Amino acid sequence: MSYFVQVVVDGLSNGAIYAALALAIVLVFRATGLVNFAQGGMAVAATFVAYALVRAGVPVLAALLAAVVAGFALGALLERGVMRHFERGEPDTAIVATIALLLLLTGGSAFFFGYEPHPFPSLFPNRTFEVLGVFVSLRSVGTIVVLLAVMAGLQLLFRSTKLGLAMRAVADNPESSALSALPVSRLLMVGWGLAAALGAIAGVLVAPQLFISPGMLDFVLVYALAAAILGGLDSPVGAVVAAAFIGVAESLAGAYVDIVGDDLKIAVPFLAVMVILVLRPQGLFGKKTTVRV
Amino acid sequence: MSLLELEDVRASYGHADVLHGISLTLPDNGATGLLGANGAGKTTTLRAISGMVRTTGRVLFEGRDISGLGPDRTAALGIAHVPEGRGTLGQLTVRENLLVGAYRRKDKAAVSADLDYCLDLFPNLAERIRSHAAALSGGEQQMLAVGRAFMAKPRVMLLDEASLGLAPSTARRVYDAVVRLRQEAQVAMVVVEQNANLAFSVVDDATVLETGRVALHGTSSELLGMDAVRRAYLGG
Ligand SMILES: Nc1ncnc2c1ncn2[C@@H]1O[C@H](COP(=O)(O)OP(=O)(O)OP(=O)(O)O)[C@@H](O)[C@H]1O
Ligand SMILES: [Mg+2]
Repeated sequence: MSYFVQVVVDGLSNGAIYAALALAIVLVFRATGLVNFAQGGMAVAATFVAYALVRAGVPVLAALLAAVVAGFALGALLERGVMRHFERGEPDTAIVATIALLLLLTGGSAFFFGYEPHPFPSLFPNRTFEVLGVFVSLRSVGTIVVLLAVMAGLQLLFRSTKLGLAMRAVADNPESSALSALPVSRLLMVGWGLAAALGAIAGVLVAPQLFISPGMLDFVLVYALAAAILGGLDSPVGAVVAAAFIGVAESLAGAYVDIVGDDLKIAVPFLAVMVILVLRPQGLFGKKTTVRV
Repeated sequence: MSLLELEDVRASYGHADVLHGISLTLPDNGATGLLGANGAGKTTTLRAISGMVRTTGRVLFEGRDISGLGPDRTAALGIAHVPEGRGTLGQLTVRENLLVGAYRRKDKAAVSADLDYCLDLFPNLAERIRSHAAALSGGEQQMLAVGRAFMAKPRVMLLDEASLGLAPSTARRVYDAVVRLRQEAQVAMVVVEQNANLAFSVVDDATVLETGRVALHGTSSELLGMDAVRRAYLGG
């Protein structure tokens, strides 16, 4: 029994990592109507800012906050400098542009810091404690707490603030939103900035575990995308629940299904995601809208 | 001083010139119609006013040249454009659509009073206040588009074929509300309509466009007295 609980707890702490990036993907989708494949690359670049600062002797907390601010600036800058040229065109072109950005950012990070992983400091002590025979790491608990706070904040932003409403309106129909005097280009910029800041939070949360490298979030991005889609793409709570589900499914499959083992366990959550999406195409928490003409 | 004035406005999409010098005048609290066949340039004229298309010539709003301002800036000045195709925000609820309309307003109490007024104007919307706009019928969406424009508390509303695709009785209801908005909320109107009966229930005068030029201008009774106009827009 306690082994089972241990496996679930391990899955949840992985799920928390996927959830952090999934939230950023949901945020950009909500704010711009786009799925941003560069989300991981942007997060890594911002995390490297913290890495460089810590190496230069800046205290860890200050460096992490600086990374979040740098993330916001990077996101806003990329929206203004790059994505803006694609926003009026086809969504497909814009998505390809985000893939190009991912390659560019990964290459850029590698240029400055190389491809090999470096250790990265954590805000939370690397200790585990035991509750009823189950080992829980303080770091996972810290990650989950930060994540739940971010999720609650996002939910509040979209549900109950004027800024959130405006961002959703722009994502829905930018041209029509402008007719209600919404400052469309500024809202898109803020949306990208916030999502990148969130990505930076994800980056600094996982870097102590994964070690920082340009490709650090590549596989996390795959899980995060799956979680975001499974959660319905526009629901912060959905993304977190889906990420937790994926983390636990992966962990359970690795532990209990003999033929799966560690190498193949990555496939199990994706199979589950596919089955769910076939049954419920709008995702677990996505809104089902019927369109009447 | 007139509220809105177009002086020799020309507009093009890329290299295609579409408007070849349109002039028109809308007095304070006035209502003017824009008639014309498909492709005559009615929509483009409205787009020229709200800054959605590149123009030359002058667009004066409250005496100020607003040509060159984008749609968000002209909207902030008090021009509410209800676009062709309605432009409702499908993933947002009815209530959220209406609040987006009031985005620039700081007068919270007045916004909530206007929301009540809007729901009184369109009882159908009151019933569906929590529905997503995408789930509304065409008539309800048109009502929502007009309601959202009203929520901005505009000086003038630009209405583009609000009757398109609606059953006659539904179109009538939309236009009854437009008449009320003009009288009760003092919103001036520029009305683009294929259905001249509906248009003339609101407007005082109208301009007939033909391939991007003004072909005719007259008061409602003048235009209704002309056989050619009756034939073209009133079906006899
Ligand atoms: N985005 C565009 N790009 C190129 N040409 C356009 C565009 N929109 C409209 N046109 C052209 O400009 C001309 C005027 O179009 P406009 O939409 O203003 O006409 P309209 O009077 O509103 O017609 P309708 O009654 O069909 O709505 C037409 O010849 C049309 O083909
Ligand atoms: Mg038109």
